[in-house]
Amino acid sequence: MKVEAKLEFQTSAAPKTGADLLIDLLIKEGVETIFGYPGGAVLPIYDAIYKAQDRIGHILFRHEQGMIHAAEGYARITGQPGVVLATSGPGATNLVTGITDAMMDSLPLVVFTGQVARSVIGTDAFQEADVMAITTPITKHNYQVQSISDLPRIVKEAFHIASTGRPGPVLVDLPKDVTSGILSEPLEESELDLPGYQPTYKPNSLQIKKMAESLATAHKPVILAGAGVLHAKATQELTTFAEKHNIPVATTLLGLGAFPADSPLSLGMAGMHGTYAANMALYETDLLINFGARFDDRLTGSLKHFAPFAKVAHVDIDPAEIGKNVPTQIPIVADAKAALTELLEQTEISPTTESWLEKLKQYKQDFPLWYKHDPKGMCPQWLIEAVHKVTNGDAIVATDVGQHQMWAAQYYTFNKPHRWITSGGLGTMGFGFPAAIGAQIAAPESTVVAIVGDAGFQMTLQELSVIYERNLPVKIIIVNNGALGMVRQWQELLYENRISHSLLHSHPDFVKLAESYGIRGVRIDNQEDLVASLPELFAFEGPVLVDCRVLQQEKVFPMIAPGKGLHEMIGVKPV
Amino acid sequence: MKRIITLTVQDRSGVLNRVTGLLQRRQFNISSISVGPTETEGVSKMTLVVDVEDGQRLEQVTKQLNKQIEVLKVSDITDKAIVARELALIKVSSGSQLRSEINGLIDPFRAIIVDVCKESITVQVTGKPEKVDALIDLLRPFGIKEIARTGLTASLRGHQPQSNEQTPYSLTAR
Ligand SMILES: Cc1cc2nc3c(=O)[nH]c(=O)nc-3n(C[C@H](O)[C@H](O)[C@H](O)COP(=O)(O)OP(=O)(O)OC[C@H]3O[C@@H](n4cnc5c(N)ncnc54)[C@H](O)[C@@H]3O)c2cc1C
Ligand SMILES: Cc1ncc(C[n+]2csc(CCOP(=O)(O)OP(=O)(O)O)c2C)c(N)n1
Repeated sequence: MKVEAKLEFQTSAAPKTGADLLIDLLIKEGVETIFGYPGGAVLPIYDAIYKAQDRIGHILFRHEQGMIHAAEGYARITGQPGVVLATSGPGATNLVTGITDAMMDSLPLVVFTGQVARSVIGTDAFQEADVMAITTPITKHNYQVQSISDLPRIVKEAFHIASTGRPGPVLVDLPKDVTSGILSEPLEESELDLPGYQPTYKPNSLQIKKMAESLATAHKPVILAGAGVLHAKATQELTTFAEKHNIPVATTLLGLGAFPADSPLSLGMAGMHGTYAANMALYETDLLINFGARFDDRLTGSLKHFAPFAKVAHVDIDPAEIGKNVPTQIPIVADAKAALTELLEQTEISPTTESWLEKLKQYKQDFPLWYKHDPKGMCPQWLIEAVHKVTNGDAIVATDVGQHQMWAAQYYTFNKPHRWITSGGLGTMGFGFPAAIGAQIAAPESTVVAIVGDAGFQMTLQELSVIYERNLPVKIIIVNNGALGMVRQWQELLYENRISHSLLHSHPDFVKLAESYGIRGVRIDNQEDLVASLPELFAFEGPVLVDCRVLQQEKVFPMIAPGKGLHEMIGVKPV
Repeated sequence: MKRIITLTVQDRSGVLNRVTGLLQRRQFNISSISVGPTETEGVSKMTLVVDVEDGQRLEQVTKQLNKQIEVLKVSDITDKAIVARELALIKVSSGSQLRSEINGLIDPFRAIIVDVCKESITVQVTGKPEKVDALIDLLRPFGIKEIARTGLTASLRGHQPQSNEQTPYSLTAR
């Protein structure tokens, strides 16, 4: 779906500006859609977009935060950088949450911000903000363009850095005099000048050998599959490897979909709200093989008790992640696909895992995920299962942050990759709905569901305008429990039920709200109605908002309290 | 433990900010930092002295620094054969009658007097931080008005002994 690259110097009468050059360079990078919001410092760029409107798309969001989360959703689905454009000062600072989110979750973005003219930088000029200083710790890299002639190199480097190695956000700050400056001559194509940036893709063969040898003698091996497997597009290789050696697989929250959930070898998600079987496997294992997970604290629980009996092998494209949290005996700096490919070529014998698999199967049987059905109300977990059913488990699911996010992770089981979009590392409320918009833009033919909480949705709901305007058929499921549910859960369990400011005593009428944006809205408060109406709602061609009134007191279980080990789960059985 | 880490970096605006910001964010303590151009145009060298708890943290700081796009090379040279030097300017209160006494004192340090006025003199000393510390201690009784130190800069010696004959450079606490 790439747009034909054409970079031509216009010989027409109108002189070409830095902004015109920028747009040409974006087209050359294959950019189809800019997620943008205009303002004074980017007016030259908007003029160039106007002139190039038949060659590049632009979607106007209603808040810079919404648009950058949409760009993240787009990047998560396509694997290509989402391209964001905002004005200087407040436009740029409104992006900060999204940039940080993309940094934490390794999503490729190229973010362009306007800046005041170079002659007034540093004078507290109108809408000036020190975007370079603000974004240095939250970007993979950032640039301020000092001359038009640097533009071709910087744009090329920005896309290269954002999308190679460990992906991440790159910001390019564009002083207004650079974008409005006139090109005196056509600019030559530019080369990358990045001597300090050479990501390692191929694994060290000695370490691969060591891993194969360790595997041959292991009795209780387990694979932890993280988002790195998805970045590497290595789900097929991972599945082949696990099946070849009969190794069970747990995933992280961001690794959902990296391994088919319906495989007998799948243990489900591990971590704070992971399954009993996945967490006990990580606890009891004697060989933990981590492909592309960064051993986040939500995954490991207390490090003191993490994988205490295991030899640890860790495959990660970022050397700094290996050994950062968990001591690692077999470090493998590599792309997950390259490492798996080499591992599959090893001739080492498979471990004997029958009794280990038998034990884990027993765990799965004895301690499955559970919730109590209540025929009178609607259980949020049941709601997710119903959405799974009506979408044949094949929708793109974007969530916000909170209880509903965990229930979606637990109950919308993914058999295929690249269908799951959630904010893991930063846990950004307000992420889910706009991220779903970005996903729908990336995959116009797919069913896209935004599963959001009643609180988080209100942080970025203004983007309803965008799905109306563009007729993007996003299906919004509000898991409405009248509370900041996840906060209330912690207060109930860890603060002796002192419910401090975590209930929402007033709500807009979400149905009328949707209608006021021109969108179909429906309220449902019981299982029967949901079962009756969901098929039609999902068959509906345009966007729909479904305000689902769920049981308010439900909690996410199992759970590992802060400071506890993976073997110290609570709520593994109905009480 | 104190470690000497050298970085070669592309000389682009913001790179010093990037390095110090990273160290601060990841809670590494910088004892000193010095920066200057190298023999290659467009490439600068930084010498950092950082305080880290253990080998794991040291590995982490090196890897994080290496990840920065403009950082070309990171070396922990603490255990190598190195030349490590610092320059200090020490302003001491001194009337003319004390001058010869001070001269006698600083001579073994191969320090020199670089500024003289009625009430004070300024001594310049170059050497390992311990030597600079020692001279400062000796000058203290005269009344020190001001100290300016460059921080350590270091480079590998031309000949690197085999690891068994090597005496690691020690950075004692100041
Ligand atoms: C309310 C809440 C609850 C949560 N509960 C849980 C929980 O129970 N369990 C859980 O797991 N998480 C949970 N999280 C999420 C958690 O905070 C982390 O975001 C998550 O564990 C990170 O998963 P990851 O390491 O797979 O992905 P990332 O953080 O995206 O890390 C990916 C890793 O892969 C590497 N990588 C990238 N590309 C490649 C490649 N091509 N080849 C190899 N490696 C590559 C990267 O360098 C990085 O180390 C929760 C979050 C929230 C908000
Ligand atoms: C921007 C932001 N502010 C605060 C939080 C802390 N927080 C985490 S979950 C949560 C409650 C979310 O409530 P809701 O959106 O209704 O979802 P629920 O947990 O009820 O499913 C809060 C406040 C956060 N993650 N992000």
